[in-house]
Amino acid sequence: MRVKEVAELLSAEILYDEISNDERDFEHVVAADLMSEIMLDTAEQSLMVTGLINPQVIRTAELMDVYAVVFVRGKEVSAEVTELAKDRGITIMSVCQTMYETCGRLYEAGLTAGR
Amino acid sequence: MAEKSGMHMEYDINKEDFNSAGEASSKVKKTLNMLGVDNKVIKRVAIAMYEAEINAFIHGGGGMAVADIYTDKIVIEISDHGKGIENLELAMQEGYSTASEEIRMMGFGAGMGLPNIKKNVDELDIRTGPGEGTDLKMTFKLN
Ligand SMILES: Nc1ncnc2c1ncn2[C@@H]1O[C@H](COP(=O)(O)OP(=O)(O)O)[C@@H](O)[C@H]1O
Ligand SMILES: [Mg+2]
Repeated sequence: MRVKEVAELLSAEILYDEISNDERDFEHVVAADLMSEIMLDTAEQSLMVTGLINPQVIRTAELMDVYAVVFVRGKEVSAEVTELAKDRGITIMSVCQTMYETCGRLYEAGLTAGR
Repeated sequence: MAEKSGMHMEYDINKEDFNSAGEASSKVKKTLNMLGVDNKVIKRVAIAMYEAEINAFIHGGGGMAVADIYTDKIVIEISDHGKGIENLELAMQEGYSTASEEIRMMGFGAGMGLPNIKKNVDELDIRTGPGEGTDLKMTFKLN
Protein backbone atom coordinates (compact mmCIF):
# COMPACT_ATOMS: atom_id res chain seq x y z
CA MET A 1 0.00 0.00 0.00
CA ARG A 2 1.29 3.44 -0.94
CA VAL A 3 1.68 6.36 1.46
CA LYS A 4 -1.19 8.18 -0.25
CA GLU A 5 -3.47 5.16 0.14
CA VAL A 6 -2.57 4.76 3.80
CA ALA A 7 -3.27 8.45 4.41
CA GLU A 8 -6.61 8.20 2.65
CA LEU A 9 -7.63 5.02 4.46
CA LEU A 10 -6.88 6.62 7.84
CA SER A 11 -8.00 10.15 6.94
CA ALA A 12 -4.52 11.13 8.09
CA GLU A 13 -2.90 14.50 8.00
CA ILE A 14 0.50 14.16 6.35
CA LEU A 15 2.97 16.16 8.45
CA TYR A 16 6.01 15.52 6.30
CA ASP A 17 5.91 13.87 2.93
CA GLU A 18 9.17 12.46 1.66
CA ILE A 19 8.71 12.26 -2.10
CA SER A 20 11.07 9.32 -2.49
CA ASN A 21 8.72 7.26 -0.30
CA ASP A 22 5.78 7.74 -2.68
CA GLU A 23 6.67 4.64 -4.65
CA ARG A 24 7.23 2.45 -1.63
CA ASP A 25 4.85 -0.41 -1.08
CA PHE A 26 4.04 -0.88 2.60
CA GLU A 27 3.01 -4.45 3.33
CA HIS A 28 3.41 -4.72 7.09
CA VAL A 29 2.69 -2.82 10.28
CA VAL A 30 4.57 -2.60 13.55
CA ALA A 31 2.64 -0.90 16.33
CA ALA A 32 3.94 -0.01 19.79
CA ASP A 33 4.53 2.82 22.21
CA LEU A 34 7.71 1.14 23.38
CA MET A 35 10.58 1.66 21.00
CA SER A 36 12.39 -1.39 22.43
CA GLU A 37 9.52 -3.44 21.04
CA ILE A 38 9.98 -2.02 17.56
CA MET A 39 13.71 -2.76 17.93
CA LEU A 40 13.01 -6.46 18.48
CA ASP A 41 12.49 -7.17 14.83
CA THR A 42 10.84 -5.31 12.02
CA ALA A 43 10.27 -6.61 8.51
CA GLU A 44 11.19 -4.64 5.40
CA GLN A 45 8.37 -2.48 4.04
CA SER A 46 6.84 -1.93 7.44
CA LEU A 47 4.84 1.06 8.53
CA MET A 48 5.08 2.12 12.17
CA VAL A 49 2.04 3.07 14.23
CA THR A 50 2.74 4.67 17.61
CA GLY A 51 1.34 6.90 20.31
CA LEU A 52 4.81 8.12 21.25
CA ILE A 53 5.80 11.47 19.77
CA ASN A 54 9.41 12.13 20.78
CA PRO A 55 12.40 12.22 18.39
CA GLN A 56 13.43 8.68 19.38
CA VAL A 57 10.50 7.44 17.28
CA ILE A 58 12.20 8.83 14.19
CA ARG A 59 15.57 7.42 15.25
CA THR A 60 14.04 4.00 15.81
CA ALA A 61 12.34 4.16 12.41
CA GLU A 62 15.59 5.17 10.75
CA LEU A 63 17.58 2.37 12.37
CA MET A 64 14.95 -0.23 11.50
CA ASP A 65 14.48 0.94 7.90
CA VAL A 66 10.91 2.03 8.52
CA TYR A 67 10.05 4.78 6.05
CA ALA A 68 6.67 5.92 7.31
CA VAL A 69 5.27 6.59 10.77
CA VAL A 70 1.64 7.11 11.81
CA PHE A 71 1.09 9.02 15.07
CA VAL A 72 -2.24 8.10 16.66
CA ARG A 73 -4.76 10.03 18.78
CA GLY A 74 -4.10 13.34 17.03
CA LYS A 75 -1.19 14.22 19.24
CA GLU A 76 0.66 17.44 18.52
CA VAL A 77 4.01 16.62 16.92
CA SER A 78 6.87 19.03 17.64
CA ALA A 79 8.86 20.91 15.00
CA GLU A 80 11.93 19.01 16.19
CA VAL A 81 10.33 15.68 15.31
CA THR A 82 9.21 16.97 11.92
CA GLU A 83 12.67 18.34 11.17
CA LEU A 84 14.33 15.07 12.13
CA ALA A 85 11.87 13.12 9.95
CA LYS A 86 12.71 15.41 7.05
CA ASP A 87 16.42 14.99 7.65
CA ARG A 88 16.14 11.20 7.78
CA GLY A 89 13.74 10.86 4.87
CA ILE A 90 10.84 9.48 6.86
CA THR A 91 7.23 10.25 5.99
CA ILE A 92 5.12 11.13 9.03
CA MET A 93 1.38 11.47 9.42
CA SER A 94 -1.10 12.03 12.20
CA VAL A 95 -4.52 10.44 12.75
CA CYS A 96 -7.28 11.18 15.27
CA GLN A 97 -8.14 7.53 15.87
CA THR A 98 -6.78 5.36 18.65
CA MET A 99 -4.05 2.79 18.16
CA TYR A 100 -6.69 0.06 18.13
CA GLU A 101 -8.79 1.57 15.39
CA THR A 102 -5.80 2.59 13.30
CA CYS A 103 -4.38 -0.93 13.39
CA GLY A 104 -7.82 -2.39 12.78
CA ARG A 105 -8.25 -0.44 9.58
CA LEU A 106 -4.79 -1.33 8.33
CA TYR A 107 -5.39 -4.97 9.15
CA GLU A 108 -8.69 -4.92 7.28
CA ALA A 109 -6.92 -3.41 4.30
CA GLY A 110 -4.64 -6.46 4.19
CA LEU A 111 -1.47 -5.26 5.84
CA THR A 112 0.14 -7.94 8.00
CA ALA A 113 2.27 -7.96 11.15
CA GLY A 114 5.75 -6.60 10.61
CA ARG A 115 7.34 -9.31 12.71
CA MET B 1 31.62 -6.19 1.80
CA ALA B 2 33.63 -3.74 3.84
CA GLU B 3 36.51 -2.68 1.65
CA LYS B 4 38.27 -0.41 4.09
CA SER B 5 39.86 -1.85 7.16
CA GLY B 6 40.57 -0.36 10.53
CA MET B 7 38.10 2.52 10.16
CA HIS B 8 37.65 4.20 13.51
CA MET B 9 34.78 6.39 14.75
CA GLU B 10 34.15 8.00 18.15
CA TYR B 11 31.08 9.78 19.46
CA ASP B 12 30.01 11.41 22.66
CA ILE B 13 26.77 10.27 24.27
CA ASN B 14 25.67 13.54 25.83
CA LYS B 15 23.86 13.05 29.14
CA GLU B 16 22.00 16.37 28.75
CA ASP B 17 20.29 15.58 25.49
CA PHE B 18 17.84 12.69 25.25
CA ASN B 19 16.82 13.75 21.76
CA SER B 20 20.26 13.17 20.31
CA ALA B 21 20.81 9.81 21.99
CA GLY B 22 21.00 7.35 19.11
CA GLU B 23 22.89 9.70 16.82
CA ALA B 24 26.08 7.63 17.07
CA SER B 25 24.15 4.52 15.97
CA SER B 26 22.69 6.46 13.09
CA LYS B 27 26.12 7.64 11.92
CA VAL B 28 27.61 4.16 12.15
CA LYS B 29 24.68 2.71 10.24
CA LYS B 30 25.17 5.25 7.44
CA THR B 31 28.87 4.43 7.25
CA LEU B 32 28.22 0.69 7.09
CA ASN B 33 25.70 1.32 4.31
CA MET B 34 28.26 3.32 2.39
CA LEU B 35 30.82 0.56 2.80
CA GLY B 36 28.35 -1.91 1.35
CA VAL B 37 28.18 -4.15 4.40
CA ASP B 38 25.47 -6.83 4.25
CA ASN B 39 22.07 -5.40 5.20
CA LYS B 40 21.32 -8.11 7.75
CA VAL B 41 24.55 -7.35 9.60
CA ILE B 42 23.85 -3.62 9.47
CA LYS B 43 20.47 -4.18 11.08
CA ARG B 44 21.96 -6.27 13.87
CA VAL B 45 24.58 -3.61 14.53
CA ALA B 46 21.96 -0.86 14.48
CA ILE B 47 19.69 -2.68 16.94
CA ALA B 48 22.41 -3.62 19.44
CA MET B 49 24.24 -0.32 19.25
CA TYR B 50 21.10 1.76 19.66
CA GLU B 51 19.90 -0.20 22.69
CA ALA B 52 23.36 0.11 24.25
CA GLU B 53 23.52 3.80 23.46
CA ILE B 54 20.11 4.38 25.02
CA ASN B 55 21.21 2.40 28.10
CA ALA B 56 24.35 4.53 28.44
CA PHE B 57 22.09 7.56 28.29
CA ILE B 58 19.24 6.51 30.59
CA HIS B 59 21.12 4.34 33.09
CA GLY B 60 24.75 5.40 32.70
CA GLY B 61 24.40 9.17 32.63
CA GLY B 62 26.00 9.50 29.19
CA GLY B 63 29.30 8.22 27.87
CA MET B 64 31.12 7.26 24.70
CA ALA B 65 30.48 5.22 21.58
CA VAL B 66 33.42 3.84 19.63
CA ALA B 67 33.14 1.89 16.40
CA ASP B 68 35.93 0.06 14.61
CA ILE B 69 35.31 -1.46 11.23
CA TYR B 70 37.73 -4.10 9.99
CA THR B 71 37.58 -6.33 6.92
CA ASP B 72 36.47 -9.31 8.97
CA LYS B 73 34.52 -7.74 11.85
CA ILE B 74 32.85 -4.71 13.34
CA VAL B 75 33.57 -3.85 16.96
CA ILE B 76 31.34 -1.43 18.84
CA GLU B 77 32.16 -0.29 22.34
CA ILE B 78 29.71 1.71 24.42
CA SER B 79 30.98 2.91 27.78
CA ASP B 80 29.78 5.12 30.58
CA HIS B 81 30.92 6.16 34.03
CA GLY B 82 27.53 5.70 35.66
CA LYS B 83 26.48 3.60 38.60
CA GLY B 84 27.20 0.28 36.91
CA ILE B 85 25.07 -2.86 36.93
CA GLU B 86 24.73 -4.52 40.30
CA ASN B 87 23.48 -7.91 39.19
CA LEU B 88 24.35 -8.58 35.57
CA GLU B 89 22.64 -11.97 35.43
CA LEU B 90 19.39 -10.34 36.49
CA ALA B 91 19.88 -7.42 34.11
CA MET B 92 20.27 -9.84 31.18
CA GLN B 93 16.82 -11.29 31.84
CA GLU B 94 13.96 -10.21 29.64
CA GLY B 95 11.62 -7.86 31.46
CA TYR B 96 14.03 -6.85 34.21
CA SER B 97 14.33 -3.09 34.41
CA THR B 98 15.11 -0.46 36.99
CA ALA B 99 13.95 2.32 34.65
CA SER B 100 11.66 5.00 36.05
CA GLU B 101 8.12 5.68 34.92
CA GLU B 102 9.47 8.78 33.21
CA ILE B 103 11.80 6.68 31.07
CA ARG B 104 8.91 4.40 30.21
CA MET B 105 6.90 7.38 29.06
CA MET B 106 9.75 8.10 26.67
CA GLY B 107 9.45 4.67 25.04
CA PHE B 108 12.16 2.71 26.84
CA GLY B 109 12.61 0.75 30.04
CA ALA B 110 10.82 -2.49 29.23
CA GLY B 111 13.84 -4.58 30.17
CA MET B 112 14.28 -5.76 26.60
CA GLY B 113 17.48 -3.92 25.73
CA LEU B 114 20.22 -6.20 27.04
CA PRO B 115 18.53 -9.47 25.93
CA ASN B 116 18.04 -8.00 22.47
CA ILE B 117 21.67 -6.87 22.34
CA LYS B 118 22.77 -10.39 23.26
CA LYS B 119 20.59 -11.82 20.50
CA ASN B 120 22.11 -9.62 17.82
CA VAL B 121 25.84 -9.79 18.52
CA ASP B 122 28.35 -12.52 17.73
CA GLU B 123 30.36 -11.72 20.85
CA LEU B 124 29.46 -9.69 23.90
CA ASP B 125 31.89 -8.60 26.58
CA ILE B 126 30.42 -6.63 29.48
CA ARG B 127 32.53 -5.00 32.15
CA THR B 128 30.48 -3.49 34.93
CA GLY B 129 30.00 -3.35 38.66
CA PRO B 130 28.51 -1.08 41.31
CA GLY B 131 30.21 2.30 41.02
CA GLU B 132 32.43 1.14 38.16
CA GLY B 133 30.45 2.32 35.19
CA THR B 134 29.55 0.01 32.32
CA ASP B 135 31.47 -0.99 29.23
CA LEU B 136 29.83 -3.06 26.51
CA LYS B 137 32.02 -4.48 23.77
CA MET B 138 30.03 -5.93 20.90
CA THR B 139 31.59 -7.83 18.03
CA PHE B 140 29.91 -8.63 14.72
CA LYS B 141 31.64 -10.97 12.29
CA LEU B 142 31.73 -10.12 8.60
CA ASN B 143 31.24 -13.37 6.67
N1 LIG C 1 24.75 1.32 31.12
C1 LIG C 1 24.11 0.91 32.22
N2 LIG C 1 24.41 1.44 33.44
C2 LIG C 1 23.76 1.03 34.55
N3 LIG C 1 22.77 0.10 34.54
C3 LIG C 1 22.44 -0.46 33.37
C4 LIG C 1 23.07 -0.09 32.15
N4 LIG C 1 22.53 -0.82 31.15
C5 LIG C 1 21.60 -1.59 31.73
N5 LIG C 1 21.53 -1.39 33.06
C6 LIG C 1 20.64 -2.08 34.03
O1 LIG C 1 20.14 -3.26 33.43
C7 LIG C 1 18.71 -3.21 33.37
C8 LIG C 1 18.22 -3.90 32.14
O2 LIG C 1 18.64 -3.22 30.96
P1 LIG C 1 17.79 -3.38 29.62
O3 LIG C 1 17.62 -4.83 29.34
O4 LIG C 1 18.42 -2.55 28.56
O5 LIG C 1 16.37 -2.81 30.02
P2 LIG C 1 15.86 -1.33 30.24
O6 LIG C 1 16.91 -0.40 29.69
O7 LIG C 1 14.62 -1.28 29.47
O8 LIG C 1 15.66 -1.14 31.71
C9 LIG C 1 18.38 -1.73 33.45
O9 LIG C 1 17.09 -1.48 33.90
C10 LIG C 1 19.45 -1.23 34.39
O10 LIG C 1 19.10 -1.54 35.74
MG1 LIG D 1 17.72 -0.65 27.83
